[in-house]
Amino acid sequence: MYNFEFEQPSTVAEAVAALADEDAQALGGGQTLIPTLKQRLASPSKLVSLAGIAEMKGVSIADGVLTIGGGATHAEVAADACAPLAALAANIGDPAVRNRGTIGGSLANNDPAACYPSAMLALNATIVTNAREIAADDYFQGMFETALDEGEIITGVRINVPDGANYQKFEQPASRFALVGVFVAKTAEGVRVGVTGASEEGAFRWTEAEAALNGSFSADAVPAAPSADGMISDLHGTAAYRAHLVAVLTKRAVAAIG
Amino acid sequence: MSQVTMTVNGKTASGDVEGRTLLSQFLRENLNLTGTHVGCDTSQCGACVVHVNGEAVKSCTMLAAEADGADVATIEGQANADGSLNTIQQAFQDHHGLQCGFCTPGMVMSAAALLKDNPKPSEAEIRDYLEGNICRCTGYHNIVKAIMAASGQDVSAIAAE
Ligand SMILES: Cc1cc2nc3c(=O)[nH]c(=O)nc-3n(C[C@H](O)[C@H](O)[C@H](O)COP(=O)(O)OP(=O)(O)OC[C@H]3O[C@@H](n4cnc5c(N)ncnc54)[C@H](O)[C@@H]3O)c2cc1C
Ligand code: FES
Ligand code: FES
Repeated sequence: MYNFEFEQPSTVAEAVAALADEDAQALGGGQTLIPTLKQRLASPSKLVSLAGIAEMKGVSIADGVLTIGGGATHAEVAADACAPLAALAANIGDPAVRNRGTIGGSLANNDPAACYPSAMLALNATIVTNAREIAADDYFQGMFETALDEGEIITGVRINVPDGANYQKFEQPASRFALVGVFVAKTAEGVRVGVTGASEEGAFRWTEAEAALNGSFSADAVPAAPSADGMISDLHGTAAYRAHLVAVLTKRAVAAIG
Repeated sequence: MSQVTMTVNGKTASGDVEGRTLLSQFLRENLNLTGTHVGCDTSQCGACVVHVNGEAVKSCTMLAAEADGADVATIEGQANADGSLNTIQQAFQDHHGLQCGFCTPGMVMSAAALLKDNPKPSEAEIRDYLEGNICRCTGYHNIVKAIMAASGQDVSAIAAE
């Protein structure tokens, strides 16, 4: 790891100012960034830890709206979010990872196999930053690509609590990330299906399944597997296998919601 | 270099660290607390698990600077005041929960974190909680057994390897 300066501001405004420096980078829980720095895949001159910012903490539900601070850890989401999202968070990595890793860090990183992106798409979440609010549909822009600008901080996430939802994760047994993960939600805007781990374009909505499930919400209504074109193919699974898993996991999620 | 100060096993500890100094490195190299092991250094194995403000974390994946002001507990602070092994440690010994011992500090710290939140975990809950702690010797059965025993539960039904 190359050396860097370390700063820990206590407000979002101070963090934004600290991140204005060239080569400064935000540090959430460090569960992705520290391993990245060790491999010298990034070499910021300054890390700005967001862990001391009280206004980015906390998970609360009021009037059917779930609000999660960008600095909330996976363990905090597992403890306090609505049940389907809590269950997703409770199954990220292992307990020590969940005690450090944050939802803001996961969404900023947008790993193609990360769990949260599928949920944000299915739940029609709003990603709140220091500068603006971004609809999930506009936020994810491909593997490791997001709508965030340089130095922009995810301060929170806002979600209308769904009528029903379920996440099915097919774990890659070594990394414990999702080989494929599918989040199905029944929302005020209809059924939404978010898929992670499968596509080379990163997390996406499976709109054919959404249309079918809006007609009839049952596992039998889930269409045949989506096309394998553009699906990830690697030593853990072929594109066709991943496409197949998308349909299977969607069925399981629908069956679980009932 | 900047100075960090934290409470480690109940005592105040300070030292000069670089931005990049890991908590594991600070514990081992500055404080000579080498009971915290570094097995992988890539956040996979859990040999480096310590408690920071009561929560299990991988100390190889946290900066020393992030622990400034925190209350840190390591394996060195786990024994009873008279030096005898605590309940979890004794159970590891009694049930052969270790062979080479490399993973043991992390296993014991993870077990302590589990039992704090869940004093009577089931076998499945123990296995699930230890997902991030890798042991290359024991095959895990005796570790699970030791943790069951430390929580005061009957272990006769768990297979021994
Ligand atoms: C062993 C292991 C297993 C894991 N398993 C899973 C899994 O099953 N599923 C899963 O989804 N993830 C998994 N992860 C990843 C984990 O969820 C990370 O915590 C997460 O991806 C990154 O969050 P972080 O807070 O640690 O961010 P960091 O590592 O601190 O940062 C990641 C990136 O986000 C930026 N960033 C951080 N916070 C913010 C913010 N608030 N606003 C803007 N930018 C920010 C940083 O600059 C950096 O570029 C695993 C990690 C490990 C080590
Ligand atoms: S040394 Fe920290 S997880 Fe392996
Ligand atoms: S006892 Fe050797 S690694 Fe666990």
